[in-house]
Formats: sequence, structure tokens, C-alpha cells
Amino acid sequence: MQHKVIDAKDVVIRFAGDSGDGMQLTGSLFADMSAIYGNGLSTFPDYPAEIRAPHGTVSGVSGFQVHIGSGKVNTPGDFCDLLVAMNPAALKANAKWCKRHAMILVDEDAFDEAGMKKAGFVTENPFTELGVEDRTLIVSPITTLTRESLKDSGMDPKAILKCKNMFTLGMACYIYNRPLEYIYAYLEKKFAKKHPEVIEPNKKVLFDGFNYAANIQVIPNTYTVAPAEHVQKGTYRNITGNQATAWGLLAASEKSGLPLFCGSYPITPATAILEELALHKSLGAKTLQAEDEIAGICTAIGASYAGNLAVTTTSGPGLSLKSEAMGLAVMAELPLVVVDVQRGGPSTGLPTKTEQSDLNQALYGRNGECPMAVVAAHSPAHCFDAAFQAAKIALEHMTPVLLLSEGFLGNGSEPWRIPAMKDYPEIKPPFVRGILPEGERFKPFERDPETLVRRWALPGQRGFEHRVGGLEKTHAGVLSTDPANHALMVAERAEKVARIARDLPALELQNGPDSGKLLVVGWGGTYGHILSAVHELGEGVSYVHFDYINPLPANTEEVFSRFGKILVCELNSGQFADYLRAQFPGKDIRKFNKVQGQPFLVSELVAAIQKEM
Amino acid sequence: MATLTFKDFKSDQEVRWCPGCGDHAVLAALQRALPKVSQALGYDKERYVVVSGIGCSSRLPYYMDTYGFHSIHGRATAVSTGIKVANPWLTVWQACGDGDALAIGGNHFIHAIRRNIDINIILFNNQIYGLTKGQYSPTSKFGAITKTSPYGTVEHPFNPGSLVLGAKGTFFARSLDVELKLNEEIMTAAALHDGCSVMEMLTNCVIFNDGAHKNLSDPAVKADHTIILRQGERMIFGKNRDRGLIYDGRKIRAVRIGEGGFTEEDVLIHDAHSDNIGIHMALADMKGPDYPVALGVIRDVKDITYDDGVRDQVKDVMTKSKIHSVDDLLHSGSTWEVE
Repeated sequence: MQHKVIDAKDVVIRFAGDSGDGMQLTGSLFADMSAIYGNGLSTFPDYPAEIRAPHGTVSGVSGFQVHIGSGKVNTPGDFCDLLVAMNPAALKANAKWCKRHAMILVDEDAFDEAGMKKAGFVTENPFTELGVEDRTLIVSPITTLTRESLKDSGMDPKAILKCKNMFTLGMACYIYNRPLEYIYAYLEKKFAKKHPEVIEPNKKVLFDGFNYAANIQVIPNTYTVAPAEHVQKGTYRNITGNQATAWGLLAASEKSGLPLFCGSYPITPATAILEELALHKSLGAKTLQAEDEIAGICTAIGASYAGNLAVTTTSGPGLSLKSEAMGLAVMAELPLVVVDVQRGGPSTGLPTKTEQSDLNQALYGRNGECPMAVVAAHSPAHCFDAAFQAAKIALEHMTPVLLLSEGFLGNGSEPWRIPAMKDYPEIKPPFVRGILPEGERFKPFERDPETLVRRWALPGQRGFEHRVGGLEKTHAGVLSTDPANHALMVAERAEKVARIARDLPALELQNGPDSGKLLVVGWGGTYGHILSAVHELGEGVSYVHFDYINPLPANTEEVFSRFGKILVCELNSGQFADYLRAQFPGKDIRKFNKVQGQPFLVSELVAAIQKEM
Repeated sequence: MATLTFKDFKSDQEVRWCPGCGDHAVLAALQRALPKVSQALGYDKERYVVVSGIGCSSRLPYYMDTYGFHSIHGRATAVSTGIKVANPWLTVWQACGDGDALAIGGNHFIHAIRRNIDINIILFNNQIYGLTKGQYSPTSKFGAITKTSPYGTVEHPFNPGSLVLGAKGTFFARSLDVELKLNEEIMTAAALHDGCSVMEMLTNCVIFNDGAHKNLSDPAVKADHTIILRQGERMIFGKNRDRGLIYDGRKIRAVRIGEGGFTEEDVLIHDAHSDNIGIHMALADMKGPDYPVALGVIRDVKDITYDDGVRDQVKDVMTKSKIHSVDDLLHSGSTWEVE
């Protein structure tokens, strides 16, 4: 067979197996290696809520999709060019994601009678049953080959089986002409201290997988994906959204000179932010793993009162628990960043799946007139800037800020050109200065006439003793149920948040002409998909993306006025569209929604936008 | 440092508790104790933060001329924890009721004790919900008739002392609202204690649960129904100082000195600093009619505090780590150059 090496612009690889098969690691390794090689990339882990879901079942399948390209890659890709399926269940769950000309690589050894039955196959041929028999099928006895490769390694049989993923990764590296050196280096670093004995076996099985793929003659072509061209010069790294969120908060801590305090309770998919912050005590970060979600936010509110940059991190159900305390932060007018990495809801919902359905809760989910500043991140790397901005707004406007991330962003990763901290602005909280004149008392809720922001006096500052709390107060900080005072304070708290818009960057078109019949609108983690869709449709499609949800950028109304109708694409039942309809009544605002716990497909967006064009 | 007096801790706010409420006396004791604490530790007034939750007693921060935070129901302990971790230099006092600390805020309460965070918690225990006008609380006696238990409760109350010591609390004291002098002593000892101090103040709600602690506070029976424990002193009580607590090899017993062969030499000596939490639990659990209720500092032992632990760990990692700025962090791990 004549072997060809084909130059591909981009390829999508989906690794799928049992949740204990190491697919997340395999996918991450492939992604990191490609990033260092210079490819643009985007990743999407798709895994079950159970750590070890029932073995061999469709519900227990864990997947990791990597999209690599020789240009900027905006999404993890709708469909894959290579599906690696470690068992029948993985094939069954993922066959629908294969492109027409995809390759499917399976471990033949797992396709025995028992495995087929567990996955619910009713015929003997899983490929015809799923209608993918015309794809390029690579059916290899991976388990047997891994055993053979490591029979002299001295490892016990169970440990040997765990190396199957490395064999498969070796095969994938052959198919995409990836050098193995990066993975060798990774293995050496990872296992050097604790398990040096597994380094050589893993290297061997990877190498054997690579050679096996080269020898079997069933892989018609291999591919290269050239490093991305026209990439801005600089130092790059791969970063996940949760890591970027943590680092953005640390950056805000440095730029404000205030120590970071994070009070949080572990919850999927937000936990990695707390874990990441816990690693960086060398930057003065204090993390408190609280007894519950409420303690998470309340310790943060206490820390804020005492002068730290205070943060709490959570996901939907945790945000529900924090509602009352968020109201306290609004009332006490204390800076606080609440990070919500959204997942499918309501209730426990779909813990490991992505959604944008907490927007209403972020905007309105509290008792009383309780305005909340809301910022949204739009890509894994953008989580850094979004977190930095959320903290800056909180500290400079003396208000809690809710930062919306999404499971898709938090777990997803992309290459990121490392910024220099000197290019980021200083953060200047409105601290009281000097000392009060003799006999005068500090008025904690007296406001700056321009911004309506109150001043911040920290416990420990002589002469500024004052009380804050959840009860309504006057500007002087005295308890009051006076009707006029309450009306005034309600109005001022709302106007204070509204005036944040003066500090926000203007809304800018991401694509298309400045005016026209249709404007496509997105917010949050759908950015990459919508951008890819409008690019596919050409330069005629106008698109804006909102990073700031409350308040909206000051020029929003003006931008909207230049378009006939507006199509809001979001992963919920239309919450942002409803919010915009309320703010801009009379505007023709339409909805395109998906609530499946999955990101948009670019193809769905293209079709939906075309329908409105 | 200026010498502070109780006036320095009195705010200009009108105290709005009911006339005759036990909370007035606890406030007065605190305003008298803090100048002494300040003297002993060299603290200025701005160093104090008074935190509370929701309930009658949680209005206390408004009456103290210090930094104060009147938070939300049950969460005072979490807010106090955040303040202390954020700035361990501050000295944090907390006022909370039996409903606030033991019902809605029970989780935060036990975890603060478990962590041994250095805050001082005054637990106002009037065995009733006062601010909501008379429903039973987690410390109301079994069978208590209240608005939400018109036929009597069918649930057992918490003994706060057992709860604190069960969570391995390092400081627990108990007193009555009317014991002004003892309360000053207890509050001073709590301030000097490095760790989580819980002071249970048995307070009288004149409106909804009047006389709940009468068998402990009534001068006619008080001496026989209570025992004031003092460090290094024998556990002697009774109107005639003729009763004592002894250990019979199995348990603590209340005996009459001079009867049954028991002499003063047999009476136990109180050691709040002892590692033996068993004896402190036994003392905290005592109740009538067989035993006097123990007042005073029951337990006061040294242990690592959470706030010190957090601070020291940050310092330690700062010395060892190679990452000292966000720029260092951004460039740590795997990176690559595009030229």
C-alpha cells in the first residue's frame, strides 16, 4: 500500500474509553505536545460525573476531544477525524461524532461478547450496527499488544493494563507525525520522584505503539499539521480556564497590593480553581476549604471586610446556597468576586456538562433590590482577563462581582501568549486616607458623587470605627427604616452598579459590517463556536460578543440601533435574550438556544444564522 | 497606647433590648472586660472587631464603639473566621444566640471550634427565639411549651458545653447574665486564650422565657445549684461551703464534706489547663438535681490555632518557592517560544 503524508489544515481527535482508562490524560498529553509543537488548539473534556462509572457501560464513557490546526483554533471541533475507542461502549457513545472520512481506532480485545453486551449491541458487528462500517477502521488487539510489550517489565498485570492508553497514544502520534520526545520528557518529570520504575515501561509501550502503527499497513495515510503561521511572537503556554481564572485573581491581588483570600467548598466543575490557588501560597494566597458553600462566601466576606481581595468559587448549586450572603455583600458594599463555573441544571443537574443557564440566577437570584455586577469569560485563556477585571471592578467600585465561567471553559484549554504584568493596570480601591478631624465620625456609606462608591476603612485603622451589616442604614451607617432613606439607598446601590459601565470598554464587532439586517449576539463560552460560524458564513455576518453582562457596555443600545434584528445564541432557554428584550423593548431580538449540556456545534450555528439572514 | 475605659467601648447608639433583658448585663461585662484586656495585651481600640449573626443578642455590635459586622443568620462564625484569617492581628469577638449558633449556624460553630480559630464567641443562651417572638430553640428543655410547641417539644436540647468539648474545643466557660464580675473574669481569660474561646452566657429573656435560669440565679438556691470553678481551687460549693465534687474511681460525685468519710482533701482541684478532656466534659455535663451546674472557665488548653497555621504556611512556602511574582507564575512549567 502506498503510504502518503498529507498536509492538513486542522484535525480533530477524540479519545474515548472507560472513565478509568486514562483518556483525559491521553488527550491532554496529545494537546500539550501539539501546543509545544506550535499548533493552534482547543480541547474539550467530556466525562461522566462518577469517578469510576460502571465498567464498560455507555454512561461510564469518558472522552477528550482535541482540535489542532496550523492556524488559530477557536473550538474543539464539531466532528472528529480520528476516534479512539477503547471499548464497545466508547464506540457506541461516540460514533456519531465521526466525520464521513474519519478513522476509527478500537481495541479489538475489548470487543468480546461480554463487552458488546454491556454496551448494548444487539448484532455481532458494532460498526454496521452504528452505520460507520464505511469509515477507515483500525481494529487492533491493543490489550494483547500492551501485555506483550511489557511482559518483561516486571510490572504486575494490572499495572500493565493501565498502559493501554500509552500504546494508543503512540499509534495516534504515528498517524499525526508527532515526535515522541515531548511525552518522554513529561513521563520522566511526572514519575521521577514517586514511581521512577514506571518511566521506562511507559516510554517503551508508547514507542511500541508508534512502531506497531507504522508496520500494520492498515493506516492508509498519515497527516501533518504544520505549526501555526502568523502567530504573534512571544512565549506561549497551554492553559485551562480554571487555571487562568485562578491566575487572573492572583494577578489582581498583585496589582491591588491586597492579599488574596479564597473561601470555597469543592464542587464540580469549579474545584480546580481552589486547588490551583492552594498551590500558590508563595504569592500570599490564603485558601480556606470551608465546611460548606455558605461558609465559603461568608469567610470571604469577612476577609473582604478585613481588607483582603476576597473570592469564593462555585458552580450552580453552590451559587444557590450563597444567595443570601451575596445580598449581604451588596448591602455592606464590600468588594467580593464570586466565580460560578456553570454546569447543567437545575438542582444537581448535569455536574460535568456545560451550560449557560445560571445567568438569571446571577442577575436576579437574591431577595430584595439587589443589583449584581456580572462579568463573563469567553475562552479558557480569557478567564485570566475576566477574573482580573472582575476583581478590579469589585475593588474599585466596592461591590460584589459575579464572574460567570462554564464547565466548557474551566476544563477546556488553549495556547496562550503569556502577558507581562507591567501591561496590566494598577487596581486602586477607595481606601480612606489620613485621620478624621477630632469629634468627627466616619460615615461608611457616604458616596463619591461621581461613581457613588463608598470609601473603604479597614479594621485596625484608628478613628474609623464603624459597623456594617445586612440591615438598611443611612449614609452615616446608622440603622434606619425611614421610607425615604430606604428608597434613596436602593436607588444609589443600583446606580452605583450601573455607573460601572463608564469604566468598561466599548462593545466592538467581532465580524461583519457596522450595520445591516442582522446582528449575531453571544456571551460567555460560546465565543469560539459563534466566531467560527460567522467566519464560515463570510464577511457579511455581523457579530458582537458580550464579556460584560451587568452593566452592559455603554454603547450597546447604539450598536443595536444599527441593525434590523438581533439573534442571540446561548446555551440555555434564552436568558440573555430575555434580559436584552427587557432593556431594549421594541427591538427585534430572536433566540437560538441549546440546552443539552453540550457546546454548540459550528454547523448548528451556521444553519441557525442562515435562517435569519 | 492610651488607657481605655468602659466608656471608650460604649457607642452612641441607643440600646434597644427590652428592659430587664439579660443581654444588657453581658454587654456591660464586655465593655468592662475589654479595657482590662487592652491593658494586659497592649491592644488599642481599633484592633477590636465585634461580629454577630441575627437575633436579639446579635444587635450587640451596634452598642460597641469598635469595628463591627452585623452579618446574617447563623453565619457570624464564618465571617469572624474570614476576618481573623485575613488579618490575624485583629482581635475578633462574636455575639450570637442559641438559635443563631446552634441551629442555623451549627455547622460553622463546630467547624470553627474544630479548627481552633482564634476568635472569642459569646453564646447568649436564653433557650428561646426572642426576636421572632417566642419559638423553641435547640437549647429549650424537653417538653418546653412555646408558640411552635404548644403541646411541648418532643426533642432533646443541646448542651452547648458538650457540643464544644465534643468538637475538642480548647476553651469553654459558662456563666449567668447576672454574674457581672465572673463574666468580666471569663471574658478576660477568653481574650488571653490563644484559640477558639466559647463563653456560654445563660441569659434571661424577660418576655418569652422569663425565669428559665431561675434555679441557677435565685439567691436563695444559687449556691446549692451552681459551682463556680476556679483554676487551682477545690470544687467546693453550697450555701455553707460544705459540699464538694469528688471522683469515686468511676465518675464525679457531689458529696457532703464530713459525711460518708469524705474530707476536704478528697475534693477535686479544678485544672482547666489539663489535657484530660474527659473531666472537663463531665463538669460541663453536670446538672441538677444530683449535681450543681458548673460556672466559670471549665476548659482552657493550648493547641495550634488555625490562623497561625495559615499564616505560617504562607510564610514557609514563600521562603521555599521559586515563584515570587505573577510574572514568575506565568512562566512556570511548560512554555514555548514563537519567534
